[in-house]
Amino acid sequence: MTAMVEMETRGLNFFYAGTVHALKNINLTIARNKVTALIGPSGCGKTTLLRCFNRMHDLYPKHRYEGEILMQGKNILAPDVDLIDLRSRIGMVFQKPTPFPMTIFDNVAYGLRLKGIKKKQELSELVERALKHAALWDEVKDKLFASAYDLSGGQQQRLVIARALAVEPEVLLFDEPTSALDPISTAKIEDLVMQLKKDVTIIIVTHNMQQAARISDETGFLMLGEIIEFGATEKIFTAPSEKLTEDYVTGRFG
Amino acid sequence: MASFSVVLLTLGIVIVLIANSWLAIGQFGVWRFLVSTEWNPVTAEFGAATTLFGTLVTTFLSLLIAIPVAVGIAVFVTEVSPDCLKAPIGMAIELLAAIPSIIYGMWGLFTLAPLMANHVEPFLQATLGRLPLFSILLEGTPMGIDLLTSSVILSIMIIPFTASIARDSFNLTPAVVKESAYGLGATRWEVIKNIVLPYSKLGVFGGVVLSMGRALGETMAVAFVLGNRHQITTSLLDAAATITVSLANEFAEADSDIYLSSLFYLALVLFAMSFVTLAIAKLFLLRAERRYSR
Repeated sequence: MTAMVEMETRGLNFFYAGTVHALKNINLTIARNKVTALIGPSGCGKTTLLRCFNRMHDLYPKHRYEGEILMQGKNILAPDVDLIDLRSRIGMVFQKPTPFPMTIFDNVAYGLRLKGIKKKQELSELVERALKHAALWDEVKDKLFASAYDLSGGQQQRLVIARALAVEPEVLLFDEPTSALDPISTAKIEDLVMQLKKDVTIIIVTHNMQQAARISDETGFLMLGEIIEFGATEKIFTAPSEKLTEDYVTGRFG
Repeated sequence: MASFSVVLLTLGIVIVLIANSWLAIGQFGVWRFLVSTEWNPVTAEFGAATTLFGTLVTTFLSLLIAIPVAVGIAVFVTEVSPDCLKAPIGMAIELLAAIPSIIYGMWGLFTLAPLMANHVEPFLQATLGRLPLFSILLEGTPMGIDLLTSSVILSIMIIPFTASIARDSFNLTPAVVKESAYGLGATRWEVIKNIVLPYSKLGVFGGVVLSMGRALGETMAVAFVLGNRHQITTSLLDAAATITVSLANEFAEADSDIYLSSLFYLALVLFAMSFVTLAIAKLFLLRAERRYSR
């Protein structure tokens, strides 16, 4: 079984503040239309790695990449890459819901308007589709023009996912998307993630190993900035080849 | 106990103001005093309209100049400038705020006023002054001692104040919300316009109203360059008077009881205006905090 490759890192190194070596020689492939989970103890670099994929680090000074991240054969770390375009192809969802200070409708329409879509009719259709896609439509269809802050935390998180989906990204990055949510909202987000992989490639950072086991197809285990083991989720959780991985997934440390 | 004494002190000031202006309140009433343009010590006729006019015009105009500049500074410092420039600019702004207002006044009289009279005002007349409405606003001989110069001085005084409040409000915008917008493919300018400004508009508005309170009450900076003439003019190049400047200039020469009482009455009007603006500002800042702190 060979899945299509969406992204691939080759000898990726990353430095914070010029000197802190946060990622060391990362080599992995992200399969298209799969959920790839990144797990590991706090400070292992999993979020840092996630933020390399849409070059979020570029917002802050004194960062440095080495190596390559290929997306459809093109190195997205190359200096001539258009970050605006790259980020509109790779969506991101954070730990805490990040609604914008505007209405529910405008939140979802935000990325579309950035892309230059202005027609009311077209916007409404795309917003509705994105909200349905994120399983939020039924809950908000009667209050699309209410403030996004009026929604519950779980609804806000799905709103943020709808907002990311609206621009039809190829990849969605999730940075511990359920760590601030209650169990029921968490279950809804997990269901959603498994639904979404039909259309987008998903990379998810999680602290919660059960979550990684439940929803991901592939798992990468990181420690101290290095990939210890990368492979099919089932194998990582039932028959890991590395002692460190086994110790971590069985809860012996972490 | 100490906090209670502050309330007592405020109440005491109000009582003294009312007691001392009682004579004028009785003689001129409230409405008549506010709309009367008379300010004549010889006939003992006093009204607040001229000084109210000067106060409101200089305050409004100074805000008009200060707000865009201050917001621009805040945007630059929080979102655009490289890290190595942030501290020096912040420091410069705070130093500007620390200059005593009398020094602004002296600088205004000796430097800004000639500059305005010889260069800025003739230039404005030759350009903007040709447009219909502006031809009225910029009528007259440029003297440099006028509403426009005063407003410029005032705006320079309140810019640091407004800019630092705006900067603090901008910094309240959580990094992840900005990153979310960047994550959707927004440019830096789009993030500032769509996320940072709306997120902090209540805070910025509160800061603007606080600055307005300062501009309303500022005396020394304006006293030198406004001319202290009790008149309502249509041209910004005319001299005028504000409540504060009248108070500062005229207490020494107030020879009759009704003159003195009218000055106290003016002070009471100013107190009421400042009190209301401050209350509004507090309300907005509180709302801003409550809205985004959860």
